Amino acid sequence: MTSPYPAGSGSCNHGRVPVYRDEGVVLRTTPLAEADRIITVLTRRTGRVRAVAKGVRKTTSRFGSRLEPGTYVDLMLHSGRSLDTVTQADIISPYGTTIALDYARHTAAAVMLETAERLTSEEREPALRLFLLLVGGLRTLAAGERPPALVLDAYLLRSLAVSGYGMALDDCARCGEPGQHLSLTVGGGGVVCAQCRPHGAASVSAGAVRLLTDLLRGDWDGALRSDLRARREAGGIVAAYLQWHLERGLRALPHLERA
Amino acid sequence: MYEGIVQDLIDELGRLPGIGPKSAQRIAFHLLAADPVDVRRLAVALTEVKEKVRFCRSCFNVAQAELCRICADPRRDQTLICVVEEPKDVVAIERTREFRGLYHVLGGAINPIGGVGPDDLHIRELVARLADGTVSELILATDPNTEGEVTASYLARQIGPMGLRVTRLASGLPMGGDLEWADEVTLGRAFEGRRVVGA
Repeated sequence: MTSPYPAGSGSCNHGRVPVYRDEGVVLRTTPLAEADRIITVLTRRTGRVRAVAKGVRKTTSRFGSRLEPGTYVDLMLHSGRSLDTVTQADIISPYGTTIALDYARHTAAAVMLETAERLTSEEREPALRLFLLLVGGLRTLAAGERPPALVLDAYLLRSLAVSGYGMALDDCARCGEPGQHLSLTVGGGGVVCAQCRPHGAASVSAGAVRLLTDLLRGDWDGALRSDLRARREAGGIVAAYLQWHLERGLRALPHLERA
Repeated sequence: MYEGIVQDLIDELGRLPGIGPKSAQRIAFHLLAADPVDVRRLAVALTEVKEKVRFCRSCFNVAQAELCRICADPRRDQTLICVVEEPKDVVAIERTREFRGLYHVLGGAINPIGGVGPDDLHIRELVARLADGTVSELILATDPNTEGEVTASYLARQIGPMGLRVTRLASGLPMGGDLEWADEVTLGRAFEGRRVVGA
């Protein structure tokens, strides 16, 4: 479908109906009435928006598979009072459909999509860095060249960091003492030194801290050298850290397959 | 706000899917104006559906006895099972008159964001049905969307080692449409599933 508006042209009024074009990743779909769906999309410029896709559940819908969760799409939308309406959609990359062919990758993608929705608590608040992280994470998952659990953990650590919940891994989260610390508290924001170690802090292995650091920095050579035990430990820490900061459990997380 | 039982009726109708407050009010006043015989017939149908309809113990389709009409029919091919998400999918496939085997209704599709995992569906019961070796082919007819694809790939992974033939319904271009409107994924699937004609 071609649009008369160049990408990034922002909003256009036509004199009556506000129309805008943006690109985004479909986070979630909810059935509406007989054949429609409400589509939640994290867009590049507008942030998270919810829009109605009319007739999308019919097999003859012109939208086809364009508005499936995890799909990176170019959208034309009509602004509405509470919900926008999708008028045109073009696939940029069908990440969701590719990922759906593998159960483990799909469960990792589901956690990514739900996290992106939860970290963008306000609709229409631009969140470019979260959007770019999500596109990058889905692209890596779809390529299938790296372990899905590591891709997910890297995405979660970085998304939390850009949202202001970065995990302290190099210095003590409380006093800033540099060095390798092997105690961690999710509520305290990361690793803590022996002096600051609160009651109930967890002991972590050096391998897990190193892996978390590599994932946060995007050092894939280092991350891929980690052993299975460090990966399991780091995965548990990231999940606990995520749920602590989101305050409410993610529905997709119990279904994550870390095999 | 109306008084007493009229408002109760509006409130109850408003709890149905797709019925908003205005629609509930319109239906309530339609029922008030309707012939009492018609309204009683509706009331009996509503009561009976809850009292008499249950799920087939074999395939989980809606039934009025222990087994549904299809599972109880000895003329159906016992070596074929078609896996669908909902009972309405059974009706859709039966309308084609192309399939003479049995069904298995999962009760939904895997949707981690919606909190639905494999343990929430009738997958364990499906594996148990396949254990006696009667079934030679399992047809995966879950919806052609992300949840349906994930469910199909999960089932294929679980059931593949059992040694029976596992197939997926073809997907591609819908009849009555124009090629230029097809999305990349659908068109790609149509190319993958192309067949020889005139041979």
